[in-house]
Parts: sequence; C-alpha cells; structure tokens
Amino acid sequence: MERPPLITKRMTFGETSLSVIFAALAAASFWIALHAYTAVYAFHAVLFALGSAGAVVAIRKRYQARPAAPAPLMIDGRPNYNLGPVKFTAIAALFWGVAGFLVGLYLALELAYPQFNLDLPWINFGRLRPLHTSAVIFAFGGNVLLASSFYIMQRTSRARIAGDLAPWFVVLGYNFFILIAGTGYLLGVTRGHEYAEPEWYAILWLVVVWVVYLLVYLFTLARRTEPHIYVANWFFLAFIVTVAVLVLGNNVEIPVSIYSAQSVIVWAGVQDAMIQWWYAHNAVGFFLTAGFLGIMYYFIPKRANRPIYSYRLSIVHFWSLIFLYIWAGPHHLHYTALPDWAQTLGMVFSVVLWMPSWGGMINGIMSLSGAWDKLRTDPVLRMLVVSVAFYGMSTFEGPLMSVKAVNALSHYTDWGIGHVHSGSLGWVGFVSFGALYCLIPWVWRRPLYSLKLVNWHFWIATIGIVFYISAMWVAGIMQGLMWRAYTPQGFLEYSFIETTEALHPEYLIRAAGGGLFLIGALIMVYNIYRTIASPEIDTAEDIAASPQLAE
Amino acid sequence: MRRYPFERTTTMSNDTFERGKVRIDEKTGVPTTGHEWDGIEELNTPLPRWWVWTFWVTAIWGVLYCFVYPAWPTLSGGTQGLFGWNSRTEVAQEIGELQTTRAPILAKLNAASLSDIEANPELLAAARMVGSVAFVNNCAGCHGAGGQGAKGYANLNDDDWIWGGKLADIQTTIEHGARWDGDKATHSSAMPAFGRDGILTPQQISVVADHVRTYADLPNAPEPTAEGQKLYDENCAACHGADAKGNTELGAPNLVDAIWLYGSDKPAIVNRIVNGGGGVMPAWKDRLDDTTIKALTVYVHSLGGGQ
Repeated sequence: MERPPLITKRMTFGETSLSVIFAALAAASFWIALHAYTAVYAFHAVLFALGSAGAVVAIRKRYQARPAAPAPLMIDGRPNYNLGPVKFTAIAALFWGVAGFLVGLYLALELAYPQFNLDLPWINFGRLRPLHTSAVIFAFGGNVLLASSFYIMQRTSRARIAGDLAPWFVVLGYNFFILIAGTGYLLGVTRGHEYAEPEWYAILWLVVVWVVYLLVYLFTLARRTEPHIYVANWFFLAFIVTVAVLVLGNNVEIPVSIYSAQSVIVWAGVQDAMIQWWYAHNAVGFFLTAGFLGIMYYFIPKRANRPIYSYRLSIVHFWSLIFLYIWAGPHHLHYTALPDWAQTLGMVFSVVLWMPSWGGMINGIMSLSGAWDKLRTDPVLRMLVVSVAFYGMSTFEGPLMSVKAVNALSHYTDWGIGHVHSGSLGWVGFVSFGALYCLIPWVWRRPLYSLKLVNWHFWIATIGIVFYISAMWVAGIMQGLMWRAYTPQGFLEYSFIETTEALHPEYLIRAAGGGLFLIGALIMVYNIYRTIASPEIDTAEDIAASPQLAE
Repeated sequence: MRRYPFERTTTMSNDTFERGKVRIDEKTGVPTTGHEWDGIEELNTPLPRWWVWTFWVTAIWGVLYCFVYPAWPTLSGGTQGLFGWNSRTEVAQEIGELQTTRAPILAKLNAASLSDIEANPELLAAARMVGSVAFVNNCAGCHGAGGQGAKGYANLNDDDWIWGGKLADIQTTIEHGARWDGDKATHSSAMPAFGRDGILTPQQISVVADHVRTYADLPNAPEPTAEGQKLYDENCAACHGADAKGNTELGAPNLVDAIWLYGSDKPAIVNRIVNGGGGVMPAWKDRLDDTTIKALTVYVHSLGGGQ
C-alpha cells in the first residue's frame, strides 16, 4: 500500500473557528437560560447550550479520528463524493416523515372525535396542527431536499461537495432548528403565522444554517467539472435563494428581549396578511414545488434511463414558473380587506401559472417516452411518475381555486385541505418516496430489499390519497354550499354547528386515508431497514450508474 | 452547434459519452442537445404546440382581465376597471338584496307586539324561523342546539326560569344579559360567597346544605333540622323566599323543584354556598337588531316552558 505523504496534523481554520464560535454560543445560551423570562425559553436556551457544547466535542472527536490530510477531491480520476450528510438526512427524512404522518392521523381523529384532545394543552388541535405541518413540510420535506440536493449537486457537477464541516453544519443545524420549532409548538411558543410559527431565535438560527447551505451549493457548483449546470440545480438554487428571501421578509420582527421567546412583527394589519401569504404561497411554490422539481429532474431520467424530454421546455417552464409564482400569494386573501387590485393580480398570476407548472409535469412524464413498459415492472418509477401526475392535478386545481368565483365557494372549506394534500401526499410524498427508494440503495451500495414491498407501499398509499382527497372534496363543497344556503325568506338555512356535524363521515374517511398513507410509510421504513442491514455489494462498479441493479 | 464563450471545454478521461456531440435518440428519433450529466441526457424536443398556445391564451386573458377589473396599483389606490366593479359594492348589493327578501316578514314582526306574534300562527311561524337561525348561531354555544342547556347553562325547554319566563322577561334577559359588565341594565344581583367571605362557617354551610336538600325531597335527603331552618331563614330566605320558591327579580332559583342548574348533590350545593356568584350571559342588544331579538324571544318562549 502506498503510504500517504507525511503531513503534520493540525486543526483546520474551519475546525478551530467553529469550535470557538460554538463554545461562545454555548456560554451565551447558558447565560440566557439563567435569565430567561419563561421556563420554555430557558429550556430552549439549554438545548442551544447542549447542542453547541456537543458540537465542540464532536468537532474535537472528528479531528482526532481523521487522517492528517484533507479528504481528496478525486480518487483514481473519479470524484470522491461525500455521502455522509446525504445518508444522515435520508434517515432523518424517514424518521420525521413517519412522525409527521402519525401526528396528522391523530389530528384527523381529533377532528372526527374532539375527545382525542384528552383536555391536555400540549396535544390540543391548535398546537398539534403546526407540529404536523412543520414536521411533514420542513422536517420530512426539508430533509429529503437536503439529502437529494447534496447528492444531485455532487453527481451532476462531478465534484465533491464544498466544505469539510459545512455540509454537516447544514444538515445537523437544520434538524436542530426542527427540534426547537417542534418542541416550541407543543409548549406553546408560536408567532401565530401559518407555516411560519417558529419564534425569532429559531429563525435566526435557521437563517445562519440556510446561508451556509447556499454557500455550500454555490461553491460546489463553482468547482464542477461539467460544462453546464444541470436543470435540477437551477431548481435547487431557486429554492434556496427564494426561501431565504421569503423567511427574511416574513420575519421582520423585534424580540421583546433577548431573554424572551416572544417578538413583535413590524408588519401590521392587511400588510401583515399580505406578506404572510406572499411567504406561505411561495413556501409551496419554492419549497414544495421548485425543490421537488429538482428531485424529479434527476431521479426520473436516472431511474427510467432515458433522456429528459425537452431541454427547451425545461428552460421556458423554469423561468416562467419562478417569475409567476412569486406574485400569486394574494389569492389566499380573496374577498378580504386586501385591495381589489391586489386580489386581481393574485388571481391572474395564478391562472397564468397553470402552463408553466404543467411544463414540469410534461417533462417528467414524457421522459418515459420509449420506456413506458417500465411502469409495469418498476414500482419505484411508477411512484415517481404518479407523483408527477398528482403534481399536474393539483397545479390545475390551484389556478381553478384562485378564480374568485370558485374561491367564493372553496375558501375556508375543507376543499383547501384536500387541495393541499393532493399536492403534499401525492406529489411531494410520492416523489420523495421514489427518490429515497433510489437514493438509499445507491449511497449505501446495497440492492433494495424488496420491490414487492414497494409495490404494496405504492398501492396502499395511493388508495389512502384517493380516500383523503375525495373525502375532502365532498366535505369542502358541501360545507361551502351549506354556508351559503338561504331559505326562500332570506335567512340562513344552516347553523354553523349543523355544517360541522355534516362533515363527520368525511372526517372518518379522511382519517382512514391518512392511516393507509402512514401504513405505506411504515412498510417503506421496514424495506429500507432491511436494505441497509443487508451486506454491501462487492463491486467496484458505480451502483448509481445502473439504476436497475435492485432487481 | 453554438459554443458559448463561458463554456468549459475540458473533458474527463473516463467519459463514456463524447461531450458536445449531438446524437439522435433511437427510441424517439429526436436529437439530443449534446449535454450530459451523470448519464442524463436531454432531448431537443420543441415545445409542445398545445402547451405554448394555452400559455399564450392564459397570458392574454390575464392582461385583458386586468383592464376589465381593478388591477393596477396607483399612488392613491388602484385602477377601477372598465365596469367599476369592486368587492365592497358587490357585498353591499348582496346584503341589500337579502334585506329586500327579508323585509316583508321583518316588517310584520316589527309592527306586532310579542303577544300578538304568539297569537297569530303566521307571525309565530315567521318568528320561530328567524329566531331558530339566530338561536343556533348565537345561543347554542352555551344553551345547546335545542336549548337543552348544560351544567351551569340554563335549560330553556323547562318551565323553571331564573330571570322570569314571561315574554317581556325573556326579552329583557336577551337584551341586557346577566352579570354582564358591558351593560348597566344587566341582571346584576349575585349570590354572596358565604364560605369564601366567612359569612358562614363550614359546619353551618354543611347544615344549611343538608336542610336545603329537604325542600325538593331530593334522594337521600336528611330530615329537616331546626338549626338548618334557622340558618336558611337568616341567610337565604331574603332572596330565595321563605317558601324557597325563588325570586325571578333577583335571579334566585327555585329550591323546591327538581331542577338544579349546578347539580343537586350535597357537594354541588355546598360549592354554590361557599363560592356564590352565578352564571354570566352577554347582553345582545348591541349585537343583534331589535327584530331578531323579538323573534328570539318568541322562539325561546315557544320552546316549551314559556309562561
């Protein structure tokens, strides 16, 4: 064996400075914990102190274990990909996914049977609901995005990810943010802004993590050995940059004190509502759409082993999508105090957004041209393609619901919940499952344990989604019609409680649908566990280059 | 093929693809772009026609819509659109139409007195219709969808009335509420906290509670006692009456019937005597219009127990 060149081992600048920063943060957090106004905030400060101290120890241990020389960028002419952070986030995604689906199911049962509140403040609907939405969107979805973007950026750039500690800082820091946000919801810390509940200190931490994420992305792209930047990376960049802008815009707030968990947002009244829905709609547009389109653009052609259907379409729909999405937020505020002109713009941009969204669907589905037969034999590919079909469906439903006349019926009803879930269970969920079924065998270099179980997962979850969204369509339209029903003499036909009672059967079907979706996810966890527990493939061949190896 | 100035030209030694080489995809017959990443190529398929056309149609529709409806922000607001439509006018219009529809019935209810309404079947039906809608949306939260009440919230179906069960009494209670700070005319009397304020000793409270339970002949009630009677006469009779049949002027419930708002077992009665006070009901006169309150009064009166 060739001996490595003799290099004196010493801590890098990054290791030293991060250790100092984390030591300082641990001390500051400890100080804040001692002076915190509330026990919950003190608890969070203690978590920050423990996390920071843990980071100092981890950096030290990692330094002791590592070789003197930094990890090589290339080995034998091949990029030396850094897959550790990818593996971590892939497993974290599964964990948060199951947790988030479980909380969702419990909430569905609380809606059908309010007794499930058990009169406990921590699990009443108001606190569990943001826990569910954040767990599935930001914890599950966010970790899937981190795992796949870190993998895709390296593979399509043919370069090792930039930074040594930075990628780990991003994945661990992001999951720490989720821990703070989630425990905060249960203990009653919230800003009361939908999908933007975490308080100022959690957001401050997230912003630091996110800026490092952007830098890691940009520096990796800068060291790429490919002439062009692949389309998946355009979407990931749009996602990272825009989410940063959105979070900063919707969190312009002044903390009550450094010792208090509370803050006051500078926006007020309808401006606050406008900023909030500009943020929240683009959380859908850039977190749940642009980011996951990036995933689709890599895993579908890779799995189908076919070229992308149309390069031109990817350019045109990318730019039109990101230009139009950012204006569509006001459609959440139809018939409110928002001025009519802003409502019109929100609606018009939403309708024009229809074709740019479908551009992504066409590129995803049509990339199977010449490989349609694989839909029969490969349930993973089927999952990916069905996710794109759900994407097409909900991006048609969205513009439809943004039309004021339709919105007058659909707004505030369960139709909205149905729409969100056809997008999140069907599109985001399935594209994530499909991507993880590809990614995990490829990075662990093991064949997938069972395609049959994937097939079971696919069908059980699909039936679950159909239950869920059709129950919510019926519930939503019924609710909307009952709210607006008048007697011939001009009086309201139904009381609010009657409209609520009428929803009970649909709520049971919804809970059943959610339960099936959860069962599917548990089957996946078992399948992935058996995959990782099996022995590594003994081949020098690059497993990701032969996606069908699983069979 | 065009070559851009910023394109890199280096190629990797182990490439399986020849970079920059356009090939024809054999399955679709479409040329590739010559790009390749990690084995992924791109076809140079033109944009689907229907897609482009639909995109144009939605875009042109969008521009036209923005001239027809209010859409462009200006320094002082926004453009009004071709027809001057706006959502506030539309709401006002819809409310106006509803009021026109409702007007005949409301006018009749408005003109008639409460007793006239009850006497006239047509007016009674109208009042019950208007009242039932107002009831489920405003009152059912406490009194229950059918007016059946709950512990601490009066049952409106029986003939036991804390503040009086005549039409005029019910109307007063709805208008001004009970123990409602925001209304000076509200029913304000409340039971003293005999225990908390030290008026009676715990032992005395126990005796008087036992004694009170004898009036309604409640299950497991002990025998009446002279001490209990004395305590009752000195402390309770002023409001609940020497005969314990209550006083609707003061909101003092009848203690000889089987209806007990907070429960009839001894601990429940002791709790009332110790803590005093009473239920709170909002005043509705500023939240509901006079005709609606009239209809509600008749509706509640007609639930079964009206006097």
